[in-house]
Amino acid sequence: MKAVCWQGTKKVEVENVPDPKILNPRDAIVKITSTAICGSDLHLYDGFNPTMKPGDILGHEFMGEIVELGSGVKSGNARNNGQPLAVGDRVVVPFTISCGSCFFCNRNLWSLCDNSNPNAWMAEAALGHSPSGLFGYSHLTGGYAGGQAQYARVPFADVGLFKVPSELTDEQVLFLTDIFPTGYMGAENCDIQPGDTVAIWGCGPVGQFAIRSAFLLGAERVIAIDLVPERLQMAKEGGAEVLNIEEVEVGEALKEMTGGMGPDSVMDAVGMEAHGFGLEGFYDKVKQAARLETDRPNVLRQAILACRKGGTVSVPGVYTGFVDKIPMGAFMNKGLTMKTGQTHIHRYLRPLTERIQKGEIDPSFLITHKLPIDQAPHAYEIFKHKQDNCIKVVLKPNEAA
Amino acid sequence: MNQPIKVEKTLTINKPAAELYRFWHNFENLPHFMKHLKQVKVYDAKTSHWTTSGPLDGTVEWDAVITDDRENEFIAWKSVENADVDNSGSIQFRPMSHDRGTEVKVVTEYNPPAGAVGDAIAKLLGESPKQQIGDDLSRFKMLMETGEIATTEGQPKGRK
Repeated sequence: MKAVCWQGTKKVEVENVPDPKILNPRDAIVKITSTAICGSDLHLYDGFNPTMKPGDILGHEFMGEIVELGSGVKSGNARNNGQPLAVGDRVVVPFTISCGSCFFCNRNLWSLCDNSNPNAWMAEAALGHSPSGLFGYSHLTGGYAGGQAQYARVPFADVGLFKVPSELTDEQVLFLTDIFPTGYMGAENCDIQPGDTVAIWGCGPVGQFAIRSAFLLGAERVIAIDLVPERLQMAKEGGAEVLNIEEVEVGEALKEMTGGMGPDSVMDAVGMEAHGFGLEGFYDKVKQAARLETDRPNVLRQAILACRKGGTVSVPGVYTGFVDKIPMGAFMNKGLTMKTGQTHIHRYLRPLTERIQKGEIDPSFLITHKLPIDQAPHAYEIFKHKQDNCIKVVLKPNEAA
Repeated sequence: MNQPIKVEKTLTINKPAAELYRFWHNFENLPHFMKHLKQVKVYDAKTSHWTTSGPLDGTVEWDAVITDDRENEFIAWKSVENADVDNSGSIQFRPMSHDRGTEVKVVTEYNPPAGAVGDAIAKLLGESPKQQIGDDLSRFKMLMETGEIATTEGQPKGRK
């Protein structure tokens, strides 16, 4: 099959690789109809995650059709109305791999699953404990082959695979795999009360869903912050007021816009790479003390300073290591709360699908580019450099180029 | 004489103590999740034969006997006298309240002799016996909680 492989910093290649096989009883094989490139893939592309290895298959936002089921995939689950999976089912694949039976899965904390990361030792050395395994996202979280390919193997298929209603298009449901729930959980983590103003740094795909989710959850106002004109435009179309960090002093502007109070909650939908935060030599060092190069987590700092007293800081943006000079004094003395985490995708599959069915949101608004898989290297470049107004690329791996 | 190696590791498993005890008590199950065991053959209620999965000439074997056994709570075993590798181990199962599973504590001790067998054991356990026991225990947890052990071995990848 064809697959998008990481071959080093700023180098991805479409290669012919063997088709995936069932390796464990609860696996399924999915033939992929649509797969997207995520902002967090750019962290890998840019070489910010040192546990990538050449030949790793990228991609964690994918969906398609079940073509094979392992002998252990039997029971249904509540998300699928108890219906067991069958070959031919059209499904989306959560980017977090969850077993469904550990302490964390039982408490609806799916991205913290205890049993899906075969490289848990690596994560434990770096983070203290291991999060769940993730598709196409470095060896720290399992090194699972990803979904920017024609086929993928999905472990714990009976827990993860979510059957989608036939009346919805791929473009409408594809982002249930990651960025829609990620933006939604980011907004949920803002603990929005009636009358609230939410400030969101980052108008990339997650920020766009966060803006719309904040309104779905009852926010009075959303103020979106970025510097890319077409992204600010899209934020405006989602109902947000916008600030361009190149044009205004954001902290001052936010205070002025909120009668001196500051936003009730603030969200960092940018993450570690915003300002050259980088990790080096991580893989070799997890067995010893991790040596980390840190830079300035500007967004997080700015957000903490801007947040009103007693407010909430929500961090859907991805961090991998350490950051310096977090204004802990401001955080403590203003009595703030921080909420974060990889998204508990499974929790959101059904409720968000229902919102799409009811027409409350149509996630396909985000897509700016649809390309055949052979053009993946080009797609990474335009997404990375925000060329050609690129905000979101969807690849169609099984359609002729 | 090599240094004796003693390691302890504790993990919480989301299953009843009785189920965990039953699975572990059949030592023939241990190679499913213990990376360095090739085979265990149970002779009778007390005695068994253990074979490690080292490199060809590094394989080590010994007979073991159960020295303490309290149903659903505790199992202890040790190698018989004059074994090539003097070793012992135990596992304790402690039920947690409030639906929090069972706390499992494994203790193993090796007293490797000098010479080739000792070297083979040292090689097998590598630099961090505690890490390895921990990994074995994590795989035991995966197997008990999910019925399988997470893996990526055999998945496709591009050229290296």
